[in-house]
Amino acid sequence: MSDREVPASEPRHWWRLVAIWLVVSVVADVLYLALVGPHIPPGRMSSTASGASFDFNVLFVMAVPVLVAVWVYMVYAIVMWRSSRGGPEPAGGPDARGHLGIQIGWILTTTVIVLFLAGFGTYELVQPEGSGGGQGPTPIWTPASHHVLQVQAIGQQWKWTYRYPSFGGFETNQLVIPEDTTVAFHVTSLDVIHDFWAYQLGVKADANPGQDNVAYTTPKQLGTFMVRCDELCGLWHGAMYNSGTVVTPSEFESWAATTERLLAANTKLLPPFAYSYIPDANGADGGYYPDDVDPYSTAETYGAPQSAGG
Amino acid sequence: MVATRSVSAGWLTWRGAYRRQHTGAAIDPPEDGGTTWGGWLSKTGRLTLTLVLFLLVVAGLVIAVVNLLGEPATVTFSADQSGQVDITLQTVGAYGSAPHPTWVSYLTMDPQGQWQHTTIWQVPAHTRINVSIYQYDSGSPLRNQQVGQITGTIGGIATMNGKPLHVIDSNSGNGVAHTFSIPTLGINVPLYGNSSTANLCGAAPCTTSSPHNLITFSFMSPGPGEYPWQCFVPCGLGWLFGNGGPMQTVGYMDGFMKVV
Repeated sequence: MSDREVPASEPRHWWRLVAIWLVVSVVADVLYLALVGPHIPPGRMSSTASGASFDFNVLFVMAVPVLVAVWVYMVYAIVMWRSSRGGPEPAGGPDARGHLGIQIGWILTTTVIVLFLAGFGTYELVQPEGSGGGQGPTPIWTPASHHVLQVQAIGQQWKWTYRYPSFGGFETNQLVIPEDTTVAFHVTSLDVIHDFWAYQLGVKADANPGQDNVAYTTPKQLGTFMVRCDELCGLWHGAMYNSGTVVTPSEFESWAATTERLLAANTKLLPPFAYSYIPDANGADGGYYPDDVDPYSTAETYGAPQSAGG
Repeated sequence: MVATRSVSAGWLTWRGAYRRQHTGAAIDPPEDGGTTWGGWLSKTGRLTLTLVLFLLVVAGLVIAVVNLLGEPATVTFSADQSGQVDITLQTVGAYGSAPHPTWVSYLTMDPQGQWQHTTIWQVPAHTRINVSIYQYDSGSPLRNQQVGQITGTIGGIATMNGKPLHVIDSNSGNGVAHTFSIPTLGINVPLYGNSSTANLCGAAPCTTSSPHNLITFSFMSPGPGEYPWQCFVPCGLGWLFGNGGPMQTVGYMDGFMKVV
């Protein structure tokens, strides 16, 4: 008998392992997709939220067979090849040698999985709609439609305000957006770094002073969503949140027109709309500024132009 | 010899003894009790020095903990016979006393009529809160004029020196000195500044003999919970973007409204 020959009494371990692994993996994935998958956050409120949930589910479904393979083999080995009391000491024999086929198969399988995930992840970073992440001032993904609602999210210690340039540039504490309309969030800050996180929309973008960080999404469900700051930004960072609302397009038009009218007195006092603003010395002359920021600049300054004397 | 030995010579002697001690070499016996580390201080002196250093470290830790974890006192307000709560505050350009005499600050008048250096209040839930703020500081343009409008108050209005007020143009006149804002409740009231050329009050508590504006407004307290409130004018002079110091410290320009 050669080293590689299997004794007639020896069960076919390989096929047993494959069969167990296959059954357990399929059952686990099906159960996950049926019971857990639909509830994975951030949910289905927007295109980007659905995309994030889909990505998570794909990764989990692919990870389960790998996990099951390790666990099944471990349990099988413990049960089948354990050292029995009084029996012979386990020793390396023919089966302890390397198996070229298994080695090649293992390396190829893991390589394919990793390369697929790298490609999938890269693709999903761009689709759909830039995955809801901040893409900077010049986004890689841009919507094909010309009907995009521009909403500016402005972070300041410690609250979010929102400007609607399509409606006279009014600025409000309320975030209201229409269903089935692509929204471009222009995220910026008036002081330190904040992070605009519209959780149920699957939108998350850093708010940097003097920067325009663009994130897209298309709301798919009516209702409310939570907006939080996700960058530790000072004393009341934990209280820097509010809620937004997705309404029908007609309700949005009505709300925007009403709000524009109600805030008109203050809107005319705001600086002209710009995609970013340079925090200046306004406010008790408070501030030391980075070298590359002119606190007395009259360009895109969020406040009144100041004289050189401050 | 001992009396004429210089400090540097003593230091070198100590270093030599220290080096020999940690390299296993024999330690020179003290020649005269005054040139080695052991003889530099008497046993009582060493004990005293150790005790003093220990107490300094403990005191430092206590001060750090108190400053980091401690918070100003809570002023408890109850509803009056009409079922309303009256809160009186003042804003000053400089608190005037330790630990931060130059910091801008809010003060709260307690029910006994005494000014307290605190920004933490306790009020009953679902009650009309009538706020009066004596504003003693100078003003400037707002970083964000959005907080120049009154929001969240009953009627969406405040009064300044008896006149109704909906919005303040912070880019004209004396500008806005501070705001009273509870962002989670949508409440915001800008406080008009005094002229910077006036003889402003320099230390708290200020009295109405100093230039001031009286701003009044009302709002309904929400359900039980803790609601942070703050000023939205970056009035931390000398701090990055004006947002440090008093802007980040409860008891100065930030506080809690505890609703029970």
